[in-house]
Amino acid sequence: MHLAAVLQEQGIVVRPLQPSPLAPAELLEIDAFDWGRAAELAQPVGWRWVAAWAEDEGERLSVSACLEKHGGYTVLRTRVDSGHPALPSQAAYYVAADRPERHMQDLFGIRFSGHPDGRRWTRHQAWGEGSFPLRKAYPLAGTPPEQTPPDSGYPFLKAQGHGVYEIPVGPVHAGIIEPGHFRFQAVGEMVLNLEERLGYVHKGIEKLAEGRTPEALARLAGRVSGDTAVGHAFAACQAMERAAGIEAPARAAFIRGILAERERVANHLWDLGAICNDVGFAFANYQFGRLRELWLRDNLALFGHRLLMDRVVPGGAAVDVDGEGIKRMRASIAFLRRELDELLPILDANSSLEDRLLGAGVLSAEDAAALGALGFVGRASGQRFDVRHDAPYAPYDRFPVKVPLEEQGDVASRFWVRYKEIRVALRLLERLLEELPAGALTVPWQAPPAGAEGLGMVEGWRGEILCFVRFGADGAIGRYYPRDPSTVNWPALEKLIHGNIVPDFPVCNKSVNGSYSGQDL
Amino acid sequence: MLSLYRKIFTTGVLTEDVPRPPLEPEVEAVGVQLKAAIDRRFAGSLAIRQVDAGSCNGCELEIHALNNVYYDIERFGVHFVASPRHADVLLVTGPVSRHMEAALRRTYEAAADPKWVIAAGDCAACGGEFGVSYASCGAVSNVIPVHAVIPGCPPAPAELLRGILGLF
Ligand code: SF4
Repeated sequence: MHLAAVLQEQGIVVRPLQPSPLAPAELLEIDAFDWGRAAELAQPVGWRWVAAWAEDEGERLSVSACLEKHGGYTVLRTRVDSGHPALPSQAAYYVAADRPERHMQDLFGIRFSGHPDGRRWTRHQAWGEGSFPLRKAYPLAGTPPEQTPPDSGYPFLKAQGHGVYEIPVGPVHAGIIEPGHFRFQAVGEMVLNLEERLGYVHKGIEKLAEGRTPEALARLAGRVSGDTAVGHAFAACQAMERAAGIEAPARAAFIRGILAERERVANHLWDLGAICNDVGFAFANYQFGRLRELWLRDNLALFGHRLLMDRVVPGGAAVDVDGEGIKRMRASIAFLRRELDELLPILDANSSLEDRLLGAGVLSAEDAAALGALGFVGRASGQRFDVRHDAPYAPYDRFPVKVPLEEQGDVASRFWVRYKEIRVALRLLERLLEELPAGALTVPWQAPPAGAEGLGMVEGWRGEILCFVRFGADGAIGRYYPRDPSTVNWPALEKLIHGNIVPDFPVCNKSVNGSYSGQDL
Repeated sequence: MLSLYRKIFTTGVLTEDVPRPPLEPEVEAVGVQLKAAIDRRFAGSLAIRQVDAGSCNGCELEIHALNNVYYDIERFGVHFVASPRHADVLLVTGPVSRHMEAALRRTYEAAADPKWVIAAGDCAACGGEFGVSYASCGAVSNVIPVHAVIPGCPPAPAELLRGILGLF
């Protein structure tokens, strides 16, 4: 049933915009006082909460929330007065809405009534309580103090009782890793509670995007999260192209698919090694690290960049692959498959590896569904959703994508889902190479009229990436909101660590591998 | 177990030579000097603490690669350590986000003198794609003293290696 019908049945006034400016997503406008109730009605009939973003329209702020069911996306939109922006919270019905609403509260000054957690989130001390960086009137440069004070005094949850103690970690971590803060409450070795405090690498990406050209936005999108250079650029270009009413040529779509699958393989290889390393199995770390390095060298030789930044551009792709390149890629795919075949029985037969991974960091199917967990985190807990499969886009609309699934929800499940996803990606790469159409790599860009908007949804290596773009005057970007899957998956880590021992935290964390930069923006 | 040993032996030793770019013979000379400097001033071992001060994480991925079997940076006496207290060098990435500013200053203060700072990546060098804004301080040198800069977005492992060799 369409979401509009569900809401109307309960007496909510729904104004669908037809044709939808966000096609293929539907766009429904509703009244502000129905905002929370809409979520209350959508949740029990299986709509998943995807993302929300706000826009400054001057006198009013608009707020949009995207929901999904069976691969169909619907965006709800409402407007509130800029002077006293207040809206009923959707977080009471959807956990996934918790942090995005707090993000809007900190950057736009929108108050969400009935929100279960009113604490600041993205705002630490870089700007004042009453100033909101994503309002149009707020200058990009801000009015920073001489030195930004540390984020002390954040009211963390407290646990009390005999033998309960607290472990603060970060923001500077012990390894070569992004910064964030974790606060553990533990008894003995057991974790009672973990609380994440993120936002340390907030770089003002949404604000920086305003006024950029489409090419410059694609460059910025490729740096939302460095390991998802292809995924975010892909989503941003898809959103911009939909807004402009153009379509990348078939060959470019295939090249994008090839780049996206290569990115998936490189990241999974790295994490498989790192998961093993975190439980002391260095052999696998060196082997997977070796395979990743060879794969990245192929990226450089074939496409001119190890991490594939700036290869997806508005209107198409900036790189091509010739006969020689296809031969080389085929050979490296075959090589990697052979290597994985050899490693699999070694990993499988390693009982100490099994001891540490099996049953560690369990995310139950119910929790995964309630959180809307994405990508391999969701799929290791029985949630099959994959944009390539459920809402296919070019080039994945040409052939069915197999989606590996595990049910246990533990670290081992996430390990094996990733392993299988590499195998699927290798097969996909072969098919993309086999059926690579001839033709142009780009279509000429056509600046859309001011106000044009577009929504992009692609399956990045971590899961569904959603991207909203609106154009301003002169073909420049007016608003950009990228939702990395990490934003949704970070709370899963807080859930799955319950009852585990503190020393298992690194491997549990690695098996989820959330992006800090992608969630902090 | 046997298959494990077989894999180890058939993989063999893959360690490559220090990258020697053909057009930069002076890099080699610097490399020799660095080795000598590390031997003389650090008893053969240079400790690096990496600090992500706002990076997109691209730079971290390539710094990690320095530890893979192809570069194996430890054979040059360079080690990544877990605490600034153990470090001779801070390898800093990212435009410094304002939210990381205090943490970066504190990390710098926590490292014992004498200490060096290398800004790795375009963001750390000059603010890169993010520049200076309400949320970003831009270049690392806007926050703490910087002694060497490694450009690139991200710098490839060989470039990082050359950049570290170039510090002395
Ligand atoms: S230099 Fe490039 S790779 Fe490094 S943090 Fe900046 S944007 Fe990311």
